[in-house]
Amino acid sequence: MWRPSRGKVGMICLIAAESCIFLTFVVAYLFYIGKSATGPQPAVLGLGLVIVNSIALFSSSFTVVAAVRALQRGQQSVCWRWLAATICLGAFFVCGTGFEWNGLMHEHTLYPSTNLFGTTFYSLVGLHLFHVIVGLMLLSTVLVLGLTGCVKSRHAHAFDLVSWYWHFVDAVWVVVFVTVYVIGR
Amino acid sequence: MTLSHSHPTTPAEGTQTLGARLHGWAVTVDHKRLGILYVCFGLFFFVVAGIEAAIMRAQLAQAAGKVVDPATFNQLFTMHGTTMVFLVGMPILLGMGNYLIPLMVGARDMAFPRLNAFGLWLFVFGAGLLYYSYVGAQGLYGDSAAPDVGWFAYAPLTNKTFSRGNSTDYWILGIMVSGFGSITTAINLLTTILAMRCPGMTLMRMPLMGWMMLVVSVLVIIAIPVLTGAQIMLLLDRSLGMHFFDTQNGGSSILWQHLFWFFGHPEVYILILPAFGFISEVIPVFSRKVIFGYPLMVAATVSIGFISLGVWAHHMFAIGMPPALNAFFAASTFLIAVPTGIKIFNWIGTMVGGRIIFATPMLFATAFVAMFIFGGLTGVMLAVVPFTWQLSDSYFVVGHFHYVLFGGTVFGIFSGFFYWFPKATGRMLSERLGKWFFWLLFAGFNLTFFPMHISGILGMPRRIYMYQPDRGLELWNMLSSIGVIIQAIAIVIFIWNVVVSLRKGRAAGDDPWNAWTLEWSTKSPPPEWNFDQVPTVGSARPLWDAKNPSDPDSHHERTA
Repeated sequence: MWRPSRGKVGMICLIAAESCIFLTFVVAYLFYIGKSATGPQPAVLGLGLVIVNSIALFSSSFTVVAAVRALQRGQQSVCWRWLAATICLGAFFVCGTGFEWNGLMHEHTLYPSTNLFGTTFYSLVGLHLFHVIVGLMLLSTVLVLGLTGCVKSRHAHAFDLVSWYWHFVDAVWVVVFVTVYVIGR
Repeated sequence: MTLSHSHPTTPAEGTQTLGARLHGWAVTVDHKRLGILYVCFGLFFFVVAGIEAAIMRAQLAQAAGKVVDPATFNQLFTMHGTTMVFLVGMPILLGMGNYLIPLMVGARDMAFPRLNAFGLWLFVFGAGLLYYSYVGAQGLYGDSAAPDVGWFAYAPLTNKTFSRGNSTDYWILGIMVSGFGSITTAINLLTTILAMRCPGMTLMRMPLMGWMMLVVSVLVIIAIPVLTGAQIMLLLDRSLGMHFFDTQNGGSSILWQHLFWFFGHPEVYILILPAFGFISEVIPVFSRKVIFGYPLMVAATVSIGFISLGVWAHHMFAIGMPPALNAFFAASTFLIAVPTGIKIFNWIGTMVGGRIIFATPMLFATAFVAMFIFGGLTGVMLAVVPFTWQLSDSYFVVGHFHYVLFGGTVFGIFSGFFYWFPKATGRMLSERLGKWFFWLLFAGFNLTFFPMHISGILGMPRRIYMYQPDRGLELWNMLSSIGVIIQAIAIVIFIWNVVVSLRKGRAAGDDPWNAWTLEWSTKSPPPEWNFDQVPTVGSARPLWDAKNPSDPDSHHERTA
């Protein structure tokens, strides 16, 4: 009889629900491409910083896999190092996005209320950023619990589910990147 | 695993102080208590929304009515619709699923008991936010207190320019928060159904209710986040000056309609499929026959789930979409009538040749089938594009969706309520009062909503706060309003029935209806751990097998 693990089913459902929220914003972004009559246009987006940012975020998927594998093998201290690297890469992404937004606001005077481009850009990228921050909070919780000795290798499956969420945040970035920086630009 | 099991030395409820008992209900993670709380909150808001409707019918009973002013009327229909969909339908249906699904699939609790409690209290908080608007939303503008933009809150009416004050913000936040609650409950139900079934309970041996709730959960997980996303956009528009739905700055009010109805149409199936589930349990038991065409019922449920994601723009025929889109959405709407029709024939097929017992649950189930056919037929009429052009936003539409949502969902809820009340409380509801309740509600319902089709065809627009005399609308509106009085009497009898039966009702025993599904194999009310021993099942009707060991269903089961 087919009876899947409840943690996995629950996490897949959560990811499905979150994907639908993202799809709503992606649809709105695509719908409004080129509809801004005034103000800065998508051409003001630079690619250099965002590519570095993306590399950091995508690498963090690999480091979190390494962390989960280490915990499964019972190598706690290796796991915490990989986990800390993941959090650093995620934090780098958050700071990088803040830097990018700072530039857009001060050099190009693009604010959320400036025009439809600002509205859809900040809300879609911001929604993703919010999820990165939630993911970082989850990972940091695991790290703090781990450093205080509460996480054993029998908890590896729970940590694995947290890593699924992190992979989801990464996968969404692929969609957001393609929408905003490839199709929309 | 979980902390849900009470310590064996906990004193019985009767000997505890009131404070301790209330505390027990507030901190509970038991799916049965949470389910009961959902249903109680839902019934409370059912009465609230009913009072709102009654005030509207009082206003409309006569031409040029003067009971309420136009602004209050706008608030009343907005709050009535919002309350019925989000604070009555959703909590009662998901709550009954919450109570029944673990019992039906032979589990000791939901997959995530604490998440379950979190979902309930999110719903209560959201409901509180929505109704707090009556006292807190006025802002500094001296404007409307409660939301007054209609339950689908079309842009640009929700724009800060037209909806000043904070009422729309309360509408957004209240529905968003209770929507998060619905999503967590759906995740929980889906996981319970897939991952917590007892040994032997394959998917094709689940009670049909399990299949319905499975599809409903999928629809909630897909549809509610889209509403949440649209509401976030609206909130950003209103609070950060963004332009998603701001038509003055290139935003699109049509986008809101697409996003809202992409949620809104699956939502009506979210509201009807659990009721399908209830009567799919009731009809076989009271016809003393196995359900007709179980695999087809499953297939029809799944196809309804799929097709319901592709019919949303039939709510938007009147906005001037391209003909190709109109044709597509008309065709998909006709298509969804096919699996729904299959279900109707399966229920009738179950009744044919059965020894039908017309106890109150069966009365409601039978009325459900009849009323749902009626509402379904007017639905197919409204799928005809030119017909909708003629009658869009008229009382015909109001009559149509009340036949499916009241004659369908609410009758289904009462069918399930009378059927499972003995299991949840250990006492039977009075059959005599139950029959009075049924016939009065049935008569009052038809008297209220049937004339709306006629007043709609005569040209009465929905949401209008008054109409001029001598338009031929007086008689039909008066009949609708008289029907409300009859329905109100019925509801009073229902509440009286519940109160009296809780105190003095006949003891139910474990299995008062001689039924076949697992929930009837445990005590009434079930212990906190549901089953002393986790059951093992060999067919879709485990209790039939236990009662008829010489001819168990498993001998007749086709193995795929």
